[in-house]
Amino acid sequence: MPTAKVDTVDPEEIAKFEAMAADWWDPEGKFKPLHHLNPCRLDYITRQIATEFGRDLSQDRPFAGLGILDIGCGGGLLSEPMARLGGDIVGADAAGRNIPVARIHAAQSGLTIDYRHSTAEAIAETGQQFDVVLAMEVIEHVADPAAFLVACRSLLKPGGLLICSTLNRNAKSYAFAILGAEHILRWLPRGTHDWRKFITPDELFGLLRGAGLEPVDKTGMILNPVRWQWQLSERDLSVNYVTASTNPA
Amino acid sequence: MRNSSEILIVGGGLAGSCLALALARHGLGNCLIDARPQDMLSDRNFDGRSYALSLSSQRLLDAIGIWARVSDQVEPILGIKASDGRAGEGPSPWVLHFDHAEIEEGPMGYMIEDRYLRRAFATAIGEETGITHLTGRRVTGQSVADGGASILLEDGQELTGTLLVGCDGRQSHVAARAGIRRTGWGYDQTALVSAIAHEHPHQGIAHQFFMPSGPLAILPLPGNRSSIVWSETTERAAEIQALDDEGYLDALRPAFGDFLGQVSLTGHRFAYPLDLTLAQSIVAPRLALVGDAAHGVHPIAGQGLNIGLRDVGTLAEVLVSARRRGEDVASGSVLARYADWRKVDTATLACATDGFNRLFSNDNPAIRPLRDLGLGIVNSIPVLRRSLIREAAGLTGDLPRLMQGLPI
Repeated sequence: MPTAKVDTVDPEEIAKFEAMAADWWDPEGKFKPLHHLNPCRLDYITRQIATEFGRDLSQDRPFAGLGILDIGCGGGLLSEPMARLGGDIVGADAAGRNIPVARIHAAQSGLTIDYRHSTAEAIAETGQQFDVVLAMEVIEHVADPAAFLVACRSLLKPGGLLICSTLNRNAKSYAFAILGAEHILRWLPRGTHDWRKFITPDELFGLLRGAGLEPVDKTGMILNPVRWQWQLSERDLSVNYVTASTNPA
Repeated sequence: MRNSSEILIVGGGLAGSCLALALARHGLGNCLIDARPQDMLSDRNFDGRSYALSLSSQRLLDAIGIWARVSDQVEPILGIKASDGRAGEGPSPWVLHFDHAEIEEGPMGYMIEDRYLRRAFATAIGEETGITHLTGRRVTGQSVADGGASILLEDGQELTGTLLVGCDGRQSHVAARAGIRRTGWGYDQTALVSAIAHEHPHQGIAHQFFMPSGPLAILPLPGNRSSIVWSETTERAAEIQALDDEGYLDALRPAFGDFLGQVSLTGHRFAYPLDLTLAQSIVAPRLALVGDAAHGVHPIAGQGLNIGLRDVGTLAEVLVSARRRGEDVASGSVLARYADWRKVDTATLACATDGFNRLFSNDNPAIRPLRDLGLGIVNSIPVLRRSLIREAAGLTGDLPRLMQGLPI
């Protein structure tokens, strides 16, 4: 396997996820919070792609013909649904141990996905471009967010769509994502997130524009305490949120 | 023979048929396997069976294209009168009266005969290209693996799909084969079901008399006809069921009174032993249970079919949403959403109908005045009465979109 160029990747962050890789596909395991959040993320991603490319989600394989890159694919929690919807998927992860886990699971699911031990920058250097780039819960783990987004833009075809989610940086996100999720509820292993690397929506829009992208939407993802389900919120971006940007033609 | 992304539905009763249509109409192809032969499904004769559909059930049937086929054969329920009665005494003065005008959403529900519903389903399923309908075929085995589920038919044919759904009734073999245990108990009561023709019009009012041996429900059918659901102790029910039609009516009259004038039987007479049977889990790997297979409740509040249809609305929404997201529709996390969504509803109703029955089905002199008082109190407080009407109409709780009359 070729060694990936890892210029914006923080080596400490990679080591943490390698330790967790085997647990990716256990919905009651270490990645339970991500499995819990996944339907909400997928709702946003699928609707944004359907709107941008005029696809009908009630049809069979609505994303047929779309090249989709999933950066930080982990065990394939987003790559597999995208493949099931008909897209041509490349899943990339800087943590090499995730790749065999993802490949084994895709084979079990009868899905064809091109999983690579690689990074946004390394794939960008090959010149390959995509209709959609997904960078979900990734940017808060990279060493240089601005450079990362420049790489994301160069991975997009003209008119392509970048979907990028992260965590807001404020007192509430510290209380929820660090104290709550890591220390009190133990949803995530302690040290999963570094609060200082969280990015406010305004900062992210600034970075996206700086990379030459055009931000078109930002939406919050909130946990409904009564139904105990994640849902999208147009108003509340105080902790988890997701953005969509287009690459001007 | 068919692609392996199909959902295998075992049991072609109302719940199974309804689920097959709801899924197919939203792009989820499925195979519906029914042990009964096709000609039985389209029999035109009235056999005496009918259902009380709640408003939310009616909306679900509308959303899947069934309502338009049966709407001129239904009887709207415009009011419900519940009263405490004792044979020979007639109803007590404490009467609980629910009127549809109080909820401002049209009738409280509809009565429909089984023959019309069954035929509408048979026709609609025949016209739906997304459904492979196998009739007169018995399932003898099933298995699930990481990639999918399969079932074995009596004739040796094997069918494969992604998800197995058991809609095969109170003694679900699908559940049993999956090792799902059941809890429940009998009531030593049997429901005698029949239909009567009567002299005076019923004005669209459903009556429920709480008799010491069990409730007696008189439910309005089109014309001067009503459906009777009469719960008796199992021993007494067997005696009554053995009588000829005249004897049957003679046994019924003391409880029934004469407010409908002369009555005569129309259609067949049925007897159903009453019990409560709950599956300990309504999901298992690549498997879900729907309707009576998940929970057979005491039919005291006429809610058996209605909660089965709520299962259908819920499972259809969970599966269709999952498919649109690209999720594996039979994965554990998707099926857990169905189980979680149904949990509260089922438990509440099972406890409520069970408790209701225990409260009303006895002649304890200490209890009778209390429950009479209770009925009177509920009747005198409009807010409480309205909330009970909405509950009976199926308009409370976290309703699936199809049951709100909305597309998924």
